[in-house]
Amino acid sequence: MNSRRSLLASVSALAAMSLVHATPGAAQDAMPVVASFSILGDMVERVGGEHVAVTTLVGRNGDAHVYQPTPQDARAVSEAEIMFVNGLAFEGWLDRLAEAASFDGNLVVATTGIEPIAFDGHGDEHGDHDDHAEHGDHDDEEHEEHADAHGDHDHAEHEEHAEAKDDHDHDHEDHADAHGEHDHDEHEEHAEAHGDAHGHEDDHAGHDHGGFDPHAWLSPTLAITYVDNIAAALAQSDPANAATFYENRASYVAELEALNEEIVALTAGLPDERRTVVTSHDAFQYFARDYGFTFIAPQGVSTESEASAQDVARIIEQIREEGVSAVFVENISDSRLLEQIANETGASIGGTLYPGALSEEDGPAATYLDLMRHNATVLSEAIGS
Amino acid sequence: MRGLREYTTCLRKDRCVIWEAVISPFADYGFMRRALLGCIAVSIGATPVGVFLMLRHMSLTGDAMAHAILPGAAIGYLVSGLSLGAMTIGGLVAGMVVALGSGVVSRMTALREDASLAAFYLISLALGVLIVSTRGSNVDLMHVLFGTVLALDDAALILLCSFASISILVLAVFFRPLVLECADPQFLRSVSKLSAVTHLTFLTLVVMNLVGGFHALGTLMAVGIMILPAAAARFWSSGIGGLIAMAALIAILSSVIGLLLSFHFSLPSGPAIILVAGIGYGLSLTFGPVGGLVAQMLPSRHLET
Repeated sequence: MNSRRSLLASVSALAAMSLVHATPGAAQDAMPVVASFSILGDMVERVGGEHVAVTTLVGRNGDAHVYQPTPQDARAVSEAEIMFVNGLAFEGWLDRLAEAASFDGNLVVATTGIEPIAFDGHGDEHGDHDDHAEHGDHDDEEHEEHADAHGDHDHAEHEEHAEAKDDHDHDHEDHADAHGEHDHDEHEEHAEAHGDAHGHEDDHAGHDHGGFDPHAWLSPTLAITYVDNIAAALAQSDPANAATFYENRASYVAELEALNEEIVALTAGLPDERRTVVTSHDAFQYFARDYGFTFIAPQGVSTESEASAQDVARIIEQIREEGVSAVFVENISDSRLLEQIANETGASIGGTLYPGALSEEDGPAATYLDLMRHNATVLSEAIGS
Repeated sequence: MRGLREYTTCLRKDRCVIWEAVISPFADYGFMRRALLGCIAVSIGATPVGVFLMLRHMSLTGDAMAHAILPGAAIGYLVSGLSLGAMTIGGLVAGMVVALGSGVVSRMTALREDASLAAFYLISLALGVLIVSTRGSNVDLMHVLFGTVLALDDAALILLCSFASISILVLAVFFRPLVLECADPQFLRSVSKLSAVTHLTFLTLVVMNLVGGFHALGTLMAVGIMILPAAAARFWSSGIGGLIAMAALIAILSSVIGLLLSFHFSLPSGPAIILVAGIGYGLSLTFGPVGGLVAQMLPSRHLET
C-alpha cells in the first residue's frame, strides 16, 4: 500500500540528490537502481555513493510483506539498471512487478550466499533431519545451491503461509528447547566465529518445509554478505567506478563489524534467564542466533498471517512459565494484540523495535546502522532493567 | 482432535474433558473472556438488526454498508492513528452519509433504494481506497481495519457493549413501526409520518452495529455475524420474537464454538466464528422445522428444537 506521498518523497529526494551532487558530471553519471525496501536501499546508497540514484520501493516505516506496487514503482523498475531485492520470498509482489514493468536489468538477490534459517514445521516430521545434517556439512556447495535455488523460491513461498501457521501448532515446546540450547552455548562461539556465519548447524536449519526466514539483514554478519553482493553487482554494471564501490564497501564493512562488536558488548552481560522476549511477528531469528536471544511472536514470519486464539494462549503461557521479561512492539505491525498480551501477563512493553523498515529520517532508526543499534539498545535496556 | 488431546493431557488432569475443552480456555485466559464478551455484545446487538434486514429483503445492504464504513474508519486512522474513538467516529460518519444519502435519494427521486445505496457505497469505497493508497503505510491499514477479536481492550469492550445496549433500546422503541415497515411499508407510509424516521433510524442501527462489529471481528466478518444467524433462525421460528431470540442464540453459540475452535485448533478467530455460524445455517437449512429441507420432505414430522 504505497504511497504516492513516499514516492513523491523519493522522487523529490532523487531530485534533491542530483542537485546536491551537481558537481560536474556526477548527476548524469548516476546509475538508476531500485531497492525493494528501505534497509536495502540504505545499504545500496552506502556502497554506491554518488554514482547511483537509488529508488526505494517500500519506503520508511512501510511493510514489505504486504506491499502493493504503484505505477510509479513500475516506471522506476523499468528504468533501473539494477534491482536489488532481499530474496527468500520476502518480496512476494516483486516478480509480478518486474514482469509487468518489463524489467531487463540485473536482478540482484542480496541474500545470495547466505545460509538461511528455515522455519521449523511439524514436530513429527523429523524424518528429514538426517538429510539436513549432511546438508550443513558442505558449506561451500550449499552456497551455490542457494544462489541457484533462488529462482525456485516461489513454491517455497506458497508453503510458507501454510507452514507458518503450523509453526505455532505443535512445536512450541521443541521450539523453546531448541532455542534454549543454542542460546547459551552458541552465544560465545558466535562472538569469535563471526566471519563464519554459515558453520552453524542449529536446530532450525534441520527442518526444511520449503520456507526460510527472510529477515537476514538483522544479523550484521550477514549484512556484510548483502554489502558484498551489492558491491559486486554495482562494480559489474559500472566498472569505471568499481574502485569507489569497493572502497565504500570496505569502510561500510568496517562499520558493520564495529556494529557487531558493539551489539555483542551490549548484549553479552544480559542474564541468561531473561533472554526470551515477545515481538509482534517472527522476524528476529537471525538476530537471536547471533546474539543469543529467544523471540516468540503471535504472528508468523510474515505480518500477513493472523494469530489464532491458540497462538495467543501459548504465548501467554510461555510468558508466565518462562518469565519473559519484556514485550516489544514493531514499527510495521499492529500493536494492539501485543498490548493485550502484555496487559494480561503483566509483562512490560519494552519499546519499539524496527525489524523490517527504517524509521523516518529524524527517527531512531534512520539508517541500517542506527536501526540495529536502536534494536539492540532497546532490547538490552528492557532486559537489563 | 490432536489439539484437544494435548490440552486435556497437559493441563490439570483431575477435571473432566468437557471442562478442559470448554470452560478452561475462558477460565485461564483473560483475552478469551474479553473475546467472548465482545462477541456476545456483537451477537445481541447485531442479530436483531440482521433479522430486520432479512425480513425487509435487505440482507445484502449489510454488506454494502460494511464497505461504506471502511473509508471513514480509514480516514479516522490516518488522522489520529490507532485511536478507537477516531476510527469509530469516522466509520459512523461515513456509514451515515451513505445510509442517509441513499435513503434520501430513494425517497426523493425515482431511483430505487438498492440502486442508490449501491451508487453511494461504491463512491464511498472508491474514495476510501484512494485515501488509503495516497498515504504511506505505517502499519498495513487493511490489517488494522480487519480487527481481531483477540485484541479487545477495555475501551473497545465498553464501546461494543454500549452499542449493543443502544441498539436494543432503540429497537424496543421502534419495534412496532419496524415490523409494520417490514410487513407493509406502503401501509405504514400512508398511516404514519414515522415511516421515514423509522427507516433512517434503522439504517443508523445497521451502521452502528457494523462499526462496533469491525472493532471486534473486522468489517466483513461483522456482516457475517449480523446476517448468517438471522438467516439460520428463519428455519426455526416464524414469529418475529422467536426469530430474534433464535438468531441471537445462534450467534452466541457460534461465537463460543468459533473461539474454542480457534483456541484448540489454532485457527484465526474471526473466520472460525463466521464459519461456525455458516455451519449453523447449513444445519438449520437442513433440519429446521420451519421450511427446512427435512421438514418439507416429511411434512408430518416435527423435529424438536
